Amino acid sequence: MIRDPKDLKRYTAHERANHWVVGMSFILLALSGLALFHPLFWPLTNLFGGGTWTRILHPFIGVLMAFSFLALYHRFKALNEMTPTDWEWVGRVKEMVDGDDHNMPEQGKYNGGQKLLFWALAVCVLLLFVSGIPLWRAFFDPPVGLARLAAVVHAVAASVMIGLITVHVYAAIWVKGTIRAMWYGTVTRAWARQHHRAWYRQVTGK
Amino acid sequence: MALQSLDIARRSATTTPSPSVRQTTEVAKLIDVSTCIGCKACQAACMEWNDIRDPVGWNLGMYDNPVNLTENSWTVMRFSEFEENGKLEWLIRKDGCMHCADPGCLKACPAPGAIIQYANGIVDFHEENCIGCGYCITGCPFNVPRISKKDGKAYKCTLCSDRVAVGQAPACVKACPTGAIQYGSKEQMKDYAATRVKDLNERGYKNAGLYDPQGVGGTHVMYVLHHADRPQLYSGLPAEPSVSPLVGLWKGIAKPLATATMALVGIASLFHYITKGPNEVSKETEKEVEKEDAA
Ligand code: HEM
Ligand code: SF4
Repeated sequence: MIRDPKDLKRYTAHERANHWVVGMSFILLALSGLALFHPLFWPLTNLFGGGTWTRILHPFIGVLMAFSFLALYHRFKALNEMTPTDWEWVGRVKEMVDGDDHNMPEQGKYNGGQKLLFWALAVCVLLLFVSGIPLWRAFFDPPVGLARLAAVVHAVAASVMIGLITVHVYAAIWVKGTIRAMWYGTVTRAWARQHHRAWYRQVTGK
Repeated sequence: MALQSLDIARRSATTTPSPSVRQTTEVAKLIDVSTCIGCKACQAACMEWNDIRDPVGWNLGMYDNPVNLTENSWTVMRFSEFEENGKLEWLIRKDGCMHCADPGCLKACPAPGAIIQYANGIVDFHEENCIGCGYCITGCPFNVPRISKKDGKAYKCTLCSDRVAVGQAPACVKACPTGAIQYGSKEQMKDYAATRVKDLNERGYKNAGLYDPQGVGGTHVMYVLHHADRPQLYSGLPAEPSVSPLVGLWKGIAKPLATATMALVGIASLFHYITKGPNEVSKETEKEVEKEDAA
């Protein structure tokens, strides 16, 4: 959909669809995983048809997320290489958090924080996948030492990832005009100029 | 509350105390390895009482049959031949759940009420609440629970909780022809074990002793061993079993810490929005963009 012919294209339909598959499977994984993590969250099993269904479904959704994330990873990895300006941005992130981003270093398509988040998420997904396999008793019978280690790694990586995604989602809500990039793929010129000026100049030639 | 004999002391995945006013005597089963003849009457009695049958398997050139615990064989006799000073000893151990005072299975279980520890010390799986995740296997220091291929639920020895509830001894105890398996209060069993250990000491087994490992808070199935200094001789009975520190980490500090951290990130985000306000495109930038576009 074209809202305003001057809007800038940020994501293709394929990129958006890929991101939504990852996002939806992540939410289902977090809810079903938490249900088994702490008794406090046990009632979440009701969303999946009970405890046994939660246990059965979680790892299959995990495999879906792992592969869809892999696709997303390959789409975006080149755009997420850290540059010296990105490190400078990260060093001055406090100004950004304080809501005063006018003097922040000029950013390309992604800022330093977004890039670090991308790599941290990639590590989390890898750890979750690798540790999720030995926990999958329906199909695997690992040595008990490995299962114990995997349980700890899985729980820690999951908590870190849930924390990172909370920040990711919050950032999208906080920075107005961002969420539409994942709905219909475009952003306004003013949005791009304010938050990603180097990218703005690159795509508009201004 | 139902039968006092089935009062609950601990319940899996439950953070508040279970009813604990009534005081029940702790029970125990004592397996005297030195008087066991390996006849497997206990194995047969276990199948009979619990109505479980393993399919006919394979003879792998050893006496162990079946070769391992399964969802249908909650107890298995393990035979090992041990030679020392030109003497051959046949060490036969009845393997099965130890009914730990501090059970790793219960600690690891995520399903409320799937694993119950009765006030009398018996650790029982309530399969109707089991979700089949297998965390009990990960938690158990004795490699006991087994997931059934038929229904995906975990099974193990119940110490005949149904018999004990009505004042009967476990089926295996009833069946043992030599009296190698005894059942009574934990105190009685320790006293009886002391007489057995003394007898063995007098017969030259200097290191005879009771196996009631304190690393898991003691157990409600105990062994009298001729070589209590080397439990591993008995088909790998662990010398110092305890709930693995990794399981302790996973089911201990990790749970509240991770939950608090996740909650904090969410709450901090909310308050950030409330205190700093949204990050909107400034009017100034909008005007600049309009100017650039016009140019
Ligand atoms: C990447 C592929 C993944 C696989 C293969 C996987 C697999 C598993 C398995 C097999 C279990 C044991 C319970 C069961 O059998 O259902 C489990 C538990 C769990 N999973 Fe995953 N999972 C994956 C991704 C995730 C993600 C993305 C999250 C959330 C961010 C997550 C959070 C959890 C949590 C919190 C638990 C409970 C851990 C505990 O009880 O300590 N998993 N996972
Ligand atoms: S031996 Fe294993 S299954 Fe039995 S009570 Fe101890 S931890 Fe649980």
